[in-house]
Amino acid sequence: MRGPARRQVRQGLRLMLATAVTLVFLFPIYWLFMISLKTADEIYAYPPRWFPAQLQFGNYAVLFRDGDALTVWNSLVVAGVSTVLAMLLGTLCAYSIARFRTGGDRLSDWILSQRMIPPIAVVFPIFLLYVWLGLVDSFLGVILLYTAFNLPYVIWMMRGYIQDIPKALEESALVDGCTRWEVIWKVVLPMARAGMLATAIFTFVFAWNDFLFALVLTRTEVTTYTVQVTHYFGGQSNFWSKISAMSVLGTLPIFIAVGFMQRYLVRGISLGAVKG
Amino acid sequence: MADLKIKALHKHYGPVHAVRGIDLEIPAGEFTVLVGQSGCGKSTLLRTIAGLEDADAGDIEIAGERVNDVAPKDRDIAMVFQNYALYPYMTVFDNIAFGLRARRTPKSEIEPKVRRAARMLAIDHLLQRFPRQLSGGQLQRVAIGRAIVRNARLYLFDEPLSNLDAQLRDEMRGEIKRLHQELGKTMIYVTHDQVEAMTMADRIVLLREGRIEQAGSPLDLYERPATGYVAGFLGSPAMNFLPATVDEQSSGPAVRLTPTLSLPLPAARRGALEARRGGALTLGLRPEHILRAAGDDAREGLVRYSALIDLVQPTGSRTYATFRLGERDVVAELQSHDVSRPGEKLDLALDMNRAVLIDPETNRVI
Repeated sequence: MRGPARRQVRQGLRLMLATAVTLVFLFPIYWLFMISLKTADEIYAYPPRWFPAQLQFGNYAVLFRDGDALTVWNSLVVAGVSTVLAMLLGTLCAYSIARFRTGGDRLSDWILSQRMIPPIAVVFPIFLLYVWLGLVDSFLGVILLYTAFNLPYVIWMMRGYIQDIPKALEESALVDGCTRWEVIWKVVLPMARAGMLATAIFTFVFAWNDFLFALVLTRTEVTTYTVQVTHYFGGQSNFWSKISAMSVLGTLPIFIAVGFMQRYLVRGISLGAVKG
Repeated sequence: MADLKIKALHKHYGPVHAVRGIDLEIPAGEFTVLVGQSGCGKSTLLRTIAGLEDADAGDIEIAGERVNDVAPKDRDIAMVFQNYALYPYMTVFDNIAFGLRARRTPKSEIEPKVRRAARMLAIDHLLQRFPRQLSGGQLQRVAIGRAIVRNARLYLFDEPLSNLDAQLRDEMRGEIKRLHQELGKTMIYVTHDQVEAMTMADRIVLLREGRIEQAGSPLDLYERPATGYVAGFLGSPAMNFLPATVDEQSSGPAVRLTPTLSLPLPAARRGALEARRGGALTLGLRPEHILRAAGDDAREGLVRYSALIDLVQPTGSRTYATFRLGERDVVAELQSHDVSRPGEKLDLALDMNRAVLIDPETNRVI
């Protein structure tokens, strides 16, 4: 085979391989969406059906009618508020470390090391502490915990992004008439926007995905959707219709968020890739 | 009245003593250039004046008020940074207007001020562009526009031209000087480039290792350097330095370069060497003070020397010729056609009236 032909074949093989891998990864998601739209008979049909005969949203209707869907709202609240808090506190802390060398050279390493603690090691001590403080099964308790757990990540990432901003930009603003707070608002935040959005998404996803802390620290008031899904796995039978519909509700916000912010996400990750 | 007064200023960076007791007064409306090699403390001094660094000791007064503890924004200064410091997410207009907005200037005043500054710098057609769409020279103009749009008391420039290519640098040099003449503001300009310092300054402050080596008008420093360092720093090509001893001739002290070569001094220069007979000396000769000898020129202080040229560097307007004098290679700046090729023998005249005599121990000019 001549050069161009061989290159085309190679290109074709690569494309096929990529498509195959993508299909393997996408299939469970596809299946999840399909189950959520099937009737009970169709779910258990053999041989399995690729598509429901008729699109019906009955499984979702049940979740909303029984109030189960509220757990998605709970997740949204705890993940959203804790992300905002972690970004706010973390960015200020990162700015202080990056620009004023607060805590010396090693503070940020130490902060990052907090992130490496296995959650299972601390979840029960935290539970006991929360019982004592009366924070179990409260929004405040879950939000505080997620904020605390996300802070090291936010600080570490934002420190890198802030160090990347030329100092002269800030100094120029200081001379031009800005206070330090105005410099952060008018110069640092716009300059670090891509990194901030990427960091915020990862922070949000961590809180959104958390199961362990939510399981241990909540009961009935603030059940998050990850905990709610487990309620449908029974000893005798599994409620696949509810499991799938709930899972779809749980994954949709992430799909939407990532879809909208893909541009920043990729830039943010690659920015962070070259940071020390 | 002095616009800026600096008294016994010190600044450390960890173990580095960057500014070591500087006293300086800058009168209103003057264009002062702080010049020196990298690491001499010139940028640190400028940043301390701006309030971007805190002084460890000493006072800084702007318009009679001590500003050591005043925030940069309240010092009434404007500054141009080496790497432009433009906000990439703002248009040129917004970049220039940034300082006005930060100081809550009424909206109705911002637009005419920005347009006026942009016109002065010939960037009024670029106002809606973003910095990434501009060339280096245009970026620098915007950076200068950001400073001059404000009616500040003091304008600081931190090596603003060092990122530009040579031709653009020449052009901007002239423009900044013209701006100074038009605005009549007090400006302090930091550079490591002695040509920039010479061409732009009303007054040069030459710094070395955190201290002022000499301050004065450009020609003052050039013609009457206080030390060998100043003499060698200013001028291109640089001054020639020759180790010598003070020799006794019938006419009085002379400068001996080798056992066989002694250069007599004009009467006016001899006095300074009376007390140094037999002592060591460094002779400084600027390239332009070595001339092609004219047949009948017998002025006092011109010393004839027959040179064997071994390197010729024509620049167009002048030609640099290198030859051996005593034990050193020496560069002479001659007329373009005075010399044509290496190996040529040439009668030169060393102008000892303009020679700089330096005490090698203290490096001070005698």
